[in-house]
Amino acid sequence: MTAPAAVGVGRRHLEKLATFPHAVASWVGDNGYPVQTPLTFEVDADAGTVRLDAPGVPLPEDREVNIIASHIRPQPGTGYDERRYVSLWGRIERRERGVAFHPSRAWGWDEAETPFFEYSERTLPQARRYFRALSEEQGREVRPRLSRLWTVLLTTRLPFLTATIVPVLLGIAVAAYDGDFNFWLALLTMIGACAVHIGVNTTNDVFDALSGADEANVNPTQFSGGSRVIQRGIVSLRTMALVAAGAWLVGIIFGLLLFAMRPSAELLVIGMAGVVLGVFYTAPPLKLVHRGLGEIVTALGFGPLMVLGAYAVQRQALSWDAFVASVPVAILVALILYVNEIPDRHSDARAGKRTLPVRFSKRAIATMFLCSALAAFATIVAGVVAGWLPLAALVALVALPMVFGIHRGIREHYDRPYELMPVMGRNIQLHLVTGLLLFAGYVIAITADAVFSGAPLS
Amino acid sequence: MSWLPQPVQELLERALVCEFTVVSPRGRPVTHPMLPLWDGERIYMTSSVLFSRKLEHIKQHPQVALSISDPVAAGGLTARCSIQGDARVIEDDPHVTWERIIPLWIAKEPAVEAFLNARYALPLFFERSLIEITPRRVAWWPDGDATREPSVLRVEEVAA
Repeated sequence: MTAPAAVGVGRRHLEKLATFPHAVASWVGDNGYPVQTPLTFEVDADAGTVRLDAPGVPLPEDREVNIIASHIRPQPGTGYDERRYVSLWGRIERRERGVAFHPSRAWGWDEAETPFFEYSERTLPQARRYFRALSEEQGREVRPRLSRLWTVLLTTRLPFLTATIVPVLLGIAVAAYDGDFNFWLALLTMIGACAVHIGVNTTNDVFDALSGADEANVNPTQFSGGSRVIQRGIVSLRTMALVAAGAWLVGIIFGLLLFAMRPSAELLVIGMAGVVLGVFYTAPPLKLVHRGLGEIVTALGFGPLMVLGAYAVQRQALSWDAFVASVPVAILVALILYVNEIPDRHSDARAGKRTLPVRFSKRAIATMFLCSALAAFATIVAGVVAGWLPLAALVALVALPMVFGIHRGIREHYDRPYELMPVMGRNIQLHLVTGLLLFAGYVIAITADAVFSGAPLS
Repeated sequence: MSWLPQPVQELLERALVCEFTVVSPRGRPVTHPMLPLWDGERIYMTSSVLFSRKLEHIKQHPQVALSISDPVAAGGLTARCSIQGDARVIEDDPHVTWERIIPLWIAKEPAVEAFLNARYALPLFFERSLIEITPRRVAWWPDGDATREPSVLRVEEVAA
């Protein structure tokens, strides 16, 4: 636990102290060693004093005394929980009846009020200061380390590539359903799209670090608040910028390669739109996410652009059917961002990011989630009824019940970031499962067509 | 073999929390709840760089004290003690140097093993320094009644 950045004593500190059965008083003895004694006490919050039961070790009146009361609950087999403490500094006054303690500064921590993860985020500046001092002390750079694998996974946010893999697979599947499939083009499309996604993630981290949005966020989760590798000193801002530039370069090279192999005006427009939206998502001057356009940009980028781009590579054309297939995926990917923005809303507001959870109430945000998610599934049903999607696409409705669980989770845990984490996880699964089921629907339809038409499957 | 009285050693072996007092550059006592680890000779604690101000204080003023005062956190032992000692911070490599006390840590807080497996999730928590305390003087209250004068033993007395 960190050293105190103590503040003036308030009634809440004294009331907190009163909840502990005993405390320990400490002061610095004449020989330089701290002297300690356990004691019991009685708090007079109105008078702002603490009456101490005189301990066997005399308390000094000529120097500052620190009184700390702490609590844990032992948990056999795991260790302990319910950590809390309050620490007060002040002077001792000997009275006719007992001893009085007059606190003037206080500090404390209660994990029920400030979760340990938040507490740890708040102390990041101290950790960075300490590493700088240690580097000077040891005459070499001392910095936090992670295994190379985890550094790569965290820096690129690789697990989130499902947001790209799903629409690209879907675009390829729709093209195959329409009669065109080339494995090598599909592979190049997937690699290029993933590189662009990594470029978007890392660019986002660079600009959120520069704007202070990630630094201000003391409630990051594994799904929100960026990768945190810059704030934690694991990757420098410069390295992150280089990774971003490298990812964009790979994405653009693959895009140009695909354009050279399958030239079409549609592909060129989609590719350019993808680069512009991806870079200016957080980058100035547009800073689209700061203007509350994050969900729309994400929906466009990871919905129609990815699906139609993958489709255009295979068929050198666009299709209304592919666009309809992209809509549910677009809505659900935007909802990933939407829900992930809920715990970030306070820090986003401080950094000037006017996201939807910053702008609207808890009730409105939960209701908008439910309506949007239901609209995604309604699009699938409507697409099948209208003949734009194959009948087998209805298999995606298997994921529908997940919507209601997530909606309930948002309402119940809106103000508790760490309780919201599993809900955010299930929301990502909703996109992944629905998208993969939709993809499976196309595979079923392609297989059924091949079987019933007697055509070979490959 | 430690010169610390047996009841104090028992407290060190069982306590899940102690009150650890260091001295700030302004000469003020600053007390932190900490997990004390005991290897039979010296007392160890480990602090993440996230909560490293105490480490800065120790480097400037190595005289420290720790008390064990909560019977609930001491496995039901009613005795209480306060130990003064000299501390040193061991941190050649904050990524690994502290790992030598992992067995002592896990013995008191088994959940740490699971956290270690998920080290990537909170990497700075596991960038740590080791605090090694050599006891110099101990005051203890065998029945826990701190309104009485404690029994006191100094390392010099034992050596003599």
